[in-house]
Amino acid sequence: MALAKRRFDALIIGAGGAGLNAAIQLADTNLQVAVVSKVFPTRSHTVAAQGGVNAALANVSDDSWHWHMFDTVKGSDYLGDQDAIEFMCREAIPTVYELEHNGVPFSRLENGTIYQRAFGGQSQNFGGAQASRTCAAADRTGHAILHALYQQNVRARTHFFDEFFAVELLRDDEGAILGALVLEIETGEPLLIEAKSTILATGGCGQVYRTTSNAHINTGDGMALALRAGAPLMDMEFYQFHPTGIAGKGMLITEGVRGEGGYLVNKDGERFMERYAPNAKDLASRDVVSRAIVTEVKEGRGCGPKSDHVMLKVDHLGEEIISKRLPGIRESGKIFAGVDAVVEPLPVFPTAHYIMGGILTDRYGRVLTDQNDTIMPGLYAAGECACVSVHGANRLGGNSLLDILVFGRAAGLNVLNNTPASHRKLTDSAIQSAMARLERWDQTGTGLSVRELRDEFRRTMEDHAGVFRTEVIMQEGVNKLLALRDKLPDVRLQDHSRVFNTGRIEALELENLFDCGIAMAVSALHRQESRGAHSRPDYPERDDANWMKHSLYYRAEDRMDYKPVTTEPLSVDSFPPKVRTY
Amino acid sequence: MQFLISRYNPETDDKPHMQAFEVDVQRGMMLRDALLDIKRQDESFAFRHSCGEGVCGSDGVNVNGSNKLACITPISELKTPIEVRPFPGRPIIRDLVVDMTQFYEQYKKVDPWLVRKEPAPEQEVLQSPEDRDKLDGLYECILCGCCSTSCPSFWWNPDKFLGPQALLSSWRFLADSRDQATDERLDQLEDPYKMFRCHTIMNCVESCPKGLNPTKAIGNIKNLMIKKAV
Ligand SMILES: Cc1cc2nc3c(=O)[nH]c(=O)nc-3n(C[C@H](O)[C@H](O)[C@H](O)COP(=O)(O)OP(=O)(O)OC[C@H]3O[C@@H](n4cnc5c(N)ncnc54)[C@H](O)[C@@H]3O)c2cc1C
Ligand code: SF4
Ligand code: SF4
Ligand code: FES
Repeated sequence: MALAKRRFDALIIGAGGAGLNAAIQLADTNLQVAVVSKVFPTRSHTVAAQGGVNAALANVSDDSWHWHMFDTVKGSDYLGDQDAIEFMCREAIPTVYELEHNGVPFSRLENGTIYQRAFGGQSQNFGGAQASRTCAAADRTGHAILHALYQQNVRARTHFFDEFFAVELLRDDEGAILGALVLEIETGEPLLIEAKSTILATGGCGQVYRTTSNAHINTGDGMALALRAGAPLMDMEFYQFHPTGIAGKGMLITEGVRGEGGYLVNKDGERFMERYAPNAKDLASRDVVSRAIVTEVKEGRGCGPKSDHVMLKVDHLGEEIISKRLPGIRESGKIFAGVDAVVEPLPVFPTAHYIMGGILTDRYGRVLTDQNDTIMPGLYAAGECACVSVHGANRLGGNSLLDILVFGRAAGLNVLNNTPASHRKLTDSAIQSAMARLERWDQTGTGLSVRELRDEFRRTMEDHAGVFRTEVIMQEGVNKLLALRDKLPDVRLQDHSRVFNTGRIEALELENLFDCGIAMAVSALHRQESRGAHSRPDYPERDDANWMKHSLYYRAEDRMDYKPVTTEPLSVDSFPPKVRTY
Repeated sequence: MQFLISRYNPETDDKPHMQAFEVDVQRGMMLRDALLDIKRQDESFAFRHSCGEGVCGSDGVNVNGSNKLACITPISELKTPIEVRPFPGRPIIRDLVVDMTQFYEQYKKVDPWLVRKEPAPEQEVLQSPEDRDKLDGLYECILCGCCSTSCPSFWWNPDKFLGPQALLSSWRFLADSRDQATDERLDQLEDPYKMFRCHTIMNCVESCPKGLNPTKAIGNIKNLMIKKAV
């Protein structure tokens, strides 16, 4: 049977904030654009972002993009590229105004301008007083942005392929990207989408871990697609963990709970943070607290029947403070842990939150293949799946929504201005190698189940590539992961039906999780220093002499390479590395 | 605990049937957790879900006769036996997955985007906090479909009656001080079916997991029409 085929000028894979903002740039042009998303666009995980998006509008406090830039460079622990950071912080201002014009219902100040709140790591005057830079629509900013962008795309009649799953990129012998093989989930039928330019905007990969604030769909598909097409992933060892997710579930419990006087206890009722951080205690930095919790559990002092979490004690604050200052947390505790924080402590465990690393791109969204900035023809990436790099070793709150919007837009505009006149020839071998990925799952017989291998993989990631990163633990982890990867060919599906076969989708996602997880573990093992989120007790210091460089992981032979950090901004002076204190 | 789940695979079944599953229920478990457990027992079981926290709107299902989001429905609040079915009135694709195309089409029919006729200013279009407050209870809609698929008028005329979700969205833009297409929006709704098939049965309000009130929005549109007519 001949494969169905469609042709477009541009293909955007992903309909979160990054994909939709790219699509908007192309919407009212004469380019034919397809947007593919494995879920209906407004189900993308951008919808879950709460706090807001950073831009130096100066509606509340004095502000400038240059101060925003300083904070971002410092926050990145000097691993962010300063040209990209300057670009992002400048673009932030028109980007937020454009969002507002597109209909986002931002909260408002008395004078009718956009409301801005203070977030961690924001300063005036290069490290001075707290700034209020985060533009917010109540505590539903991501939802407000995602829906408005979708609505504008509906207006512009963007061609959506809803509930289509991108299986593999189509790649010719010269390494150019020609589009993608996608699967219509409803019918189970494959479709070839040919495109002169393809933008990956597939979001994060929090599902590599057992406990995460990320959605079920955040399986790192785009990163895996790029890896398999020969592109490297950059800085994958930098993963942000939030110390207090609801145990076993991962929904966030804000740091504000500890700010109000809540504290952590182990099964003996001991306030253990006093041992790990005698001064800051429960308000020590995120990585320190996360590591302490994991240690308690590993050493057998965890709570609950499986001893797999600790408790966040809040009830001593009394009902009045809890209902007044932490109503949302009381609500989530009730819904998700069946616990009323007013009478009982909340079960918590660190939760995987955000990947700083991703597909190596320049600030035009073009995917690069090496340290010499060689371009991979036809391929772009933007959003959480990409690494420009603006977050370096640690991202600031409110900078991710900004990143996805600014670079989604940049990628869209760059596609608009550089679309070649004709399609490259789609070769049979390109089609065959993509189809092989799909057909592999038609194999019948007995074997491991997707579920078994996924459970083991995610547990290994959590134990060996989580918050605790010593040589021994990570080496053991890499060995285990590689052994698990060898078992992938033994996995079999039992259900081979076509229509809305979510088992088959999960199998394809499992392969993607493996590619991302191994990139993370291998990159982490190699980096022998502590920087930002990558915190190693055996190398506790930041080592600028040897390690102020980006890691590049290639799938072939699990090879590592490195790339210098761009310390030269576009127009201003460089911010030289300093010790990072707050 | 036993769960009765509606199963349907178009490749092998003539019609849906109920199948019983045993799930080890623990404190704090949501209905989605039970469905995930069932999926672990039977790889072929299909349902949509993603965020797990009531914001993406993927996992609307019909539980013991009411439409709910599985991920924020505590099992402890459900009466046994627990029967889970797909949304009523929509074509079933497989198991709990229904075809929501018509629901989305109705949404698109109300021009659900901000219309500005004046050229955009360099900065934000100003809006007072009071005007912004008018959007609360409207913009939070997550397009889950719990409301429209519980509305009898939508069951009978899903192609002609816009349904509570789309009408709520229409009012979301009518209520926005920045929007400049009030007349066009109202003109579009002047039709015996599009809005006037609402008989104020209120199923929609009862089933909205976000606590939104489409009936009130519909009432507001009608009032505005009357106001404009005189
Ligand atoms: C709970 C939470 C709160 C947050 N709060 C904030 C905040 O306040 N401020 C901030 O700046 N950041 C915040 N973040 C981070 C930020 O929300 C995300 O990094 C960002 O939204 C990611 O956007 P994206 O467009 O890259 O990807 P997503 O929104 O995740 O979209 C990915 C898209 O790709 C599609 N896709 C993926 N794989 C495939 C495939 N194989 N085939 C087809 N389609 C595919 C999906 O369907 C989806 O449409 C938060 C994150 C979380 C988890
Ligand atoms: S109030 Fe109107 S829209 Fe709501 S369920 Fe009843 S008929 Fe449907
Ligand atoms: S109005 Fe409520 S029930 Fe209806 S789609 Fe929106 S959120 Fe869902
Ligand atoms: S899974 Fe997102 S709303 Fe339930």
